[in-house]
Amino acid sequence: MEKEPAGECRDFMTGNEVIARAALAAGADFMFGYPITPQNEIMHHWRRLAPQQGRGFLQTEDELSAGFAAIGAIISGKAAFSATAGPGTVLFQEPLSMAEMMRLPVVVAVQQRGGPSTATVIYSQQELTLTCFGGNGEGLRLVYSTSSHQELYDYTIKAFHKAWRYRFPTFILGDGYQAKMREALQLYDPVRRGIGDIPKEAIFGSVRAGETEPLLHLRNSFSVEEELSEVLERHLADYARAAPALVEHEFIGVPGGELLVVAHGIVGRAARQAVQELRGMGRPVNFFRPITLRPFPEDALREALQMSGGAVLVAESAQGQLGNLVRLAASGEGLPDFRSYYRPGVGITAEEIKEAVLDERALDAAVLAPGE
Amino acid sequence: MSEHSMPQCWHRESKPHRFCPGCGHGLVLKALGLAVDELGLAERIIFACDIGCSLLAWDFFTFPCMQTHHGRTIPVMVGLKRASPDRIVVAYMGDGGGYSIGLQHLISAAQRHDPITAVLVNNTVYAMTGGQMAPTTLPGQRTETTPFGRDEADTGRPFRGPETLAAVAHPRAYLARGTVARVPRLKNMIREALERQLQGDFAFVEALSTCPTNWRTSAAETWSFLEQEMGSYYRPGEIAVAREED
Repeated sequence: MEKEPAGECRDFMTGNEVIARAALAAGADFMFGYPITPQNEIMHHWRRLAPQQGRGFLQTEDELSAGFAAIGAIISGKAAFSATAGPGTVLFQEPLSMAEMMRLPVVVAVQQRGGPSTATVIYSQQELTLTCFGGNGEGLRLVYSTSSHQELYDYTIKAFHKAWRYRFPTFILGDGYQAKMREALQLYDPVRRGIGDIPKEAIFGSVRAGETEPLLHLRNSFSVEEELSEVLERHLADYARAAPALVEHEFIGVPGGELLVVAHGIVGRAARQAVQELRGMGRPVNFFRPITLRPFPEDALREALQMSGGAVLVAESAQGQLGNLVRLAASGEGLPDFRSYYRPGVGITAEEIKEAVLDERALDAAVLAPGE
Repeated sequence: MSEHSMPQCWHRESKPHRFCPGCGHGLVLKALGLAVDELGLAERIIFACDIGCSLLAWDFFTFPCMQTHHGRTIPVMVGLKRASPDRIVVAYMGDGGGYSIGLQHLISAAQRHDPITAVLVNNTVYAMTGGQMAPTTLPGQRTETTPFGRDEADTGRPFRGPETLAAVAHPRAYLARGTVARVPRLKNMIREALERQLQGDFAFVEALSTCPTNWRTSAAETWSFLEQEMGSYYRPGEIAVAREED
């Protein structure tokens, strides 16, 4: 039997445990958590494993406190994170908007559940818009949508690194299925793989981009419009500059395709399988899965659309939250043929996507583009 | 050092400060500054202020200072202290932030016995937003949302913070109420509250303060309201924590 590389092992576990293991492996210092299904086991596993490695945990009085306490830890230069879902994600918008304004690298794992309101504790993809654009600002966030346990592990580690490097709140966007199901994955030590340590530092005393003096006073309120505008312009420019290095996607396809199937997260996984089966039947169907939802891989999507004759089918467990991002990215393309398979709060299988491609009666007729 | 001069840890570039004439915030922050000077804590301290008038203190000191959100200063400082126990943290807030929108954080921090120092300025109104009723508004007091005077039957009785915390706080917690009418005593309370944090204990000081802008009072009326009306409902002094055997 082949020997595992140093610091690596194959394992089989739930997605929630994967996130806790990945945060530990990444070198996260502290988790602040509040119970909400389906993310609870992230806290459970962290709470059991973290003290052995000198890492901290606090169960706070609510999600607001969890988010703001993470901010406090980060201010002192510690890599802190939290995890939440559904109505908890709603409450998290308050601390996250402060993190956006103050450029604080808060990391949050979101395991989507049904919405709106309490809805279900099971599964959905309805927290896309909230995770990308929640808060009273411009959505200056990094959002990774995962589709396997290996990605949960890889992107949780990456989330800490990118958050601290670029100083934007960063999310691992999973869902109840990914949270609760068990799957095999390779665990590894990011330092031994050359990924290194989280580039963290105390916020006070650091010299921030565009400044010359070490930071002594940090604010989120401004007296006049021009003061705010100057700060926001700098943040927006930083975001735009970082975006090309941050965007990630998966594409399977060739030029001359008849259709591009677009899906993210676990539905992306079903869509990939559907496309592979359709291609096996001789149908030239292409597949696109955005991995970063913020920033969105717009250029790559446009290229994929051009290779697919401008025909697109968006499948998601929400009513067009991904569809809207696709329409926006493709607005210059005219989108001659936009189809959707929206099932808010409900899982989507490869068979269903395959059927939607093969039989237009399975599509959402009402949302076909005008003139179709 | 004379208590009539500026504390050493006051950030000179941000003075004169931005509070209204007659506002008590400057006196509370003077008491805090003097206490920090006396204990020599300027190198270890981090100060966080709430939203409301207290946000104007965001660059008040030579040590790190930050703004937070309305009611959320305590969780920010709890998180910082938990992750970096060597830092000395001060959470500075008004009565709206501490006793209304952020009350769950204040009570939870007291109940957990988090080693932080919280300083709350009680001026009986939401001042920054234009003088609405606060949990601390006195019976009969006129505000923009109690224009005919606060009616206890409609809005309840004014909130006594330290006395409420006494029911949940750890026996070693320090709870006190001072007043800007007696700055040296207020300074001693805040100094004690910082020393308790150094010993690993939760400490909370409420400071009775003035808001002539929203009270619409003259200097004499302002002082009279602070000393007479407020002082008789909110008794200054240290508040005993409920003992295990009680």
